[in-house]
Amino acid sequence: MAPLFASWLADHGAAFAIALPLLAAAITALLPKVRRLPWAVALLVSAIVTIAAYAVLQTQVDLGSFIYRMGGWEPPHGISLKIDAVNAPILLLIAAMGLMTLVYSAPSVEAEVQTKKRAPFYAAFLLCMAGLCGMVVTGDAFNVFVFLEVSSISTYTLVAMGANRDRRALSAAFNYLILGSIGATFFVIGVGFLYAETGTLNMDDMQRILANLDGGSRVAQVAFGFIVVGLGLKLAMFPLHTWLPGAYAYSPTMVTVFLSSTATKAALYLMYRFSFNVFDPSFDYVAVVLTYIVTALAVTGMIFCSLQAFFQTDIRRTLAFSSVAQVGYMLLGIGLISMSGLAGSYLHLINHAVVKGGLFLALGAMWYRFGIVRLDDMAGLAKTMPITTAAFTILAFSLIGVPFTAGFVSKVALAEAAAEQGWWWAVGVIMITSIIALFYMGRMMMMAYFRDPPMVDGVAVKRNEAPPLMLIPMVGLALLSIMIGARGHVLLTEISENAARVLIPGGGL
Amino acid sequence: MDSLFSHFNYVVVIILMMTGLHVVFASRNMIKKLVGLAVFQTSVFLFYITLAKIASGQPPILEKDPNSKTGYDDHSAFIEPVQLAASGDVYVLPGQGSELIYSNPLPHVLILTAIVVGVATLAIGLALTVRIREVYGTIEMDAVEAQDFEYNLEGIER
Repeated sequence: MAPLFASWLADHGAAFAIALPLLAAAITALLPKVRRLPWAVALLVSAIVTIAAYAVLQTQVDLGSFIYRMGGWEPPHGISLKIDAVNAPILLLIAAMGLMTLVYSAPSVEAEVQTKKRAPFYAAFLLCMAGLCGMVVTGDAFNVFVFLEVSSISTYTLVAMGANRDRRALSAAFNYLILGSIGATFFVIGVGFLYAETGTLNMDDMQRILANLDGGSRVAQVAFGFIVVGLGLKLAMFPLHTWLPGAYAYSPTMVTVFLSSTATKAALYLMYRFSFNVFDPSFDYVAVVLTYIVTALAVTGMIFCSLQAFFQTDIRRTLAFSSVAQVGYMLLGIGLISMSGLAGSYLHLINHAVVKGGLFLALGAMWYRFGIVRLDDMAGLAKTMPITTAAFTILAFSLIGVPFTAGFVSKVALAEAAAEQGWWWAVGVIMITSIIALFYMGRMMMMAYFRDPPMVDGVAVKRNEAPPLMLIPMVGLALLSIMIGARGHVLLTEISENAARVLIPGGGL
Repeated sequence: MDSLFSHFNYVVVIILMMTGLHVVFASRNMIKKLVGLAVFQTSVFLFYITLAKIASGQPPILEKDPNSKTGYDDHSAFIEPVQLAASGDVYVLPGQGSELIYSNPLPHVLILTAIVVGVATLAIGLALTVRIREVYGTIEMDAVEAQDFEYNLEGIER
């Protein structure tokens, strides 16, 4: 039975990873309001999706890139799923982070979402997961839009569910809805122009036809502009990031974790795919947009949002602004248009998903026990929640880029790539923003370690550690970030270099 | 001027698109923002439909031709067999050189999907507006932001 299932997954895993959560979402929404039943179903589904994603990654490693024909229809007319070294690891990342989040969510959702809303809540979560998996694996440009909207629309509802705890979640969800829809619509306009130019929706086919145009087509230029802006809104590129802090700060904690570690990452993957595989940096207009506009916005975002992160009083807003700054690092890697730049960017994408996911997990646990949302509330946490604070510290070091943590590896890779290109100012910016990160994260550490726990009714607050279901994923991610920093980066570097090789077959400009 | 009329649909698309975007950004009332968003999305539907329309093209339905081996229109110079069904059955389709000109059906299908997406977005937006009205007592962004700001200040004093 087991080997049969494994070989079946190897063949159909990619489609299964989309279909299963979609179907399960419909069932989950109708489940009776038994305690933890919707959670258990969602957890089971996400565990199976993770196994499927792992099987897909295995197949990809064995075969190189392969194409799954939906319903047996041949591409370019049929819709195909294309798996290669770029998207197979991201698919596993999304599935695994979904699983981590669900393990964590049992206690946190009980505290944040009313019982009668829990079944639809988990249904929306599964829909979001299906949408993100679909966005990543599909080889059809319009399909990308459909899955983008599946994940976005379910995300709007998930963010709004935070209203039970903080009513600002509603206005944050509304803002996200407006900006997210504009972003998706810009993307679909771009796809429309591409279709007008190439007459196909299959991304490989588009690439082939665009390459024959010598990069001279006006319509393709317009298409690229629309797609960059549309994806820029989705991945929170600097001036288009205004939806992000609110959505991260006020949604239920498990939603923040999942969004920060997967949603912007999937959009960033699409940015890689469209700038390097569908379009090609050897076209002048693509190279100009990436080198001058994307890089400039990335660098501005890194500095500006790091500073903004420093001036927030709400810790979750601090981390949200820091996320925008980190997206800047990844965009900088794209703007370099080189093998090493892309590899660094890809590595940072994976590391940041692990690190920021873990940080938001820890913050969620702090809120769960003590209702902590502001910096001052963190006083004495090292004594009241030692394990959570330890995990938080390790992950914070990783975010700053302290040696022997995940963040160090990818920041060094990016800095090396920038230096290779002779962009010493970019190396400087990476240094400076890391130092700013040291300040805003260090402030929290100072509070947690060097202040005494607050007094309530004349008695110091007692030690009250987070429940085990919260601790397991949190500590797991903290250990993972150390493992990546110590030994695992060899494997990850290989993965990211393979991805960069697929994205730039010729090795860049 | 001629190009303005020969590209009449595109002119309308651009006007609708810009109107929609302007309404989204300029108005501070949530319902008006959603109306702007709907107009903006509708302009995209029109854009896709315009792409698909071919002058004097007929609806994309295969015409039967009794003289043909396949039983379908065989005016075509289209040699390559096209797979029409997942079962692998092969038919010959009218294509380049055919006397019959068809409009492209694909964008229509795509837009059906996009319309569904637009409806879903609008529904969620309206539902959120209802909730905001219940909680904040207003649907003006400025008033909501002012209340949030006060709420933040209270948080600091606490």
